[in-house]
Amino acid sequence: MINLSAYFEYVILPILAISLVLIFIRLYRGPEVVDRVVALDLLIIIGVGVIAVFSMITEQSTFIDVGLIVALIGFLSTIAFSYYIEKKGKK
Amino acid sequence: MIEWIIIIVSTIGAAAILIASIGIIRMPDFYLRLSVTVKAATLGCGLLLICAAIYFPQISVTTKAIAIMFFLVLTAPVSAHMIGRAAYFINAPMWKGSVRDDLEGKYDRERHRLKSSQEIQNEKKDI
Repeated sequence: MINLSAYFEYVILPILAISLVLIFIRLYRGPEVVDRVVALDLLIIIGVGVIAVFSMITEQSTFIDVGLIVALIGFLSTIAFSYYIEKKGKK
Repeated sequence: MIEWIIIIVSTIGAAAILIASIGIIRMPDFYLRLSVTVKAATLGCGLLLICAAIYFPQISVTTKAIAIMFFLVLTAPVSAHMIGRAAYFINAPMWKGSVRDDLEGKYDRERHRLKSSQEIQNEKKDI
């Protein structure tokens, strides 16, 4: 019998943390503004994954609702950013 | 049995997310970064949500997890297309090793409209 929450804490969450750090480097360096927008979108998507893993560790299924809202906000923010970036290039 | 399924699926998901983050930091160009990351990150996050759907026995939680997965799969290509289009309009630089640009000359930069191949042929005839 294996301990599932220990596996999540010691293997899955560190991998997700390393990938979040790598994406933060791109968010800091990104030469264009669109690079930063993509990095932000990716951060939010991985945040949804972290929320799913965390709800399994703590056995609180309520956290899944938070993931739904975060996914919605991430989609809307990317759409808004790309709309205004495109509008800025129009004039 | 179910623990092993959850472990295998969550490991594949975490590995896909790690590959996406390595891709966003190593790729030389905005368009390559977009093409690498959006697919891999959506796959990884969807697999983690499948884990949550298997893990919780309540049917309501499973439904919610599958709804989030469906929403992500539905919206990630839309947002990726919109940000790629915006990047093409603000002239994000391409990698120097890029071979071809299929959209070159097809976008109307004033009105932000894509011309059809018929219109382009007509313009060539007029010239």
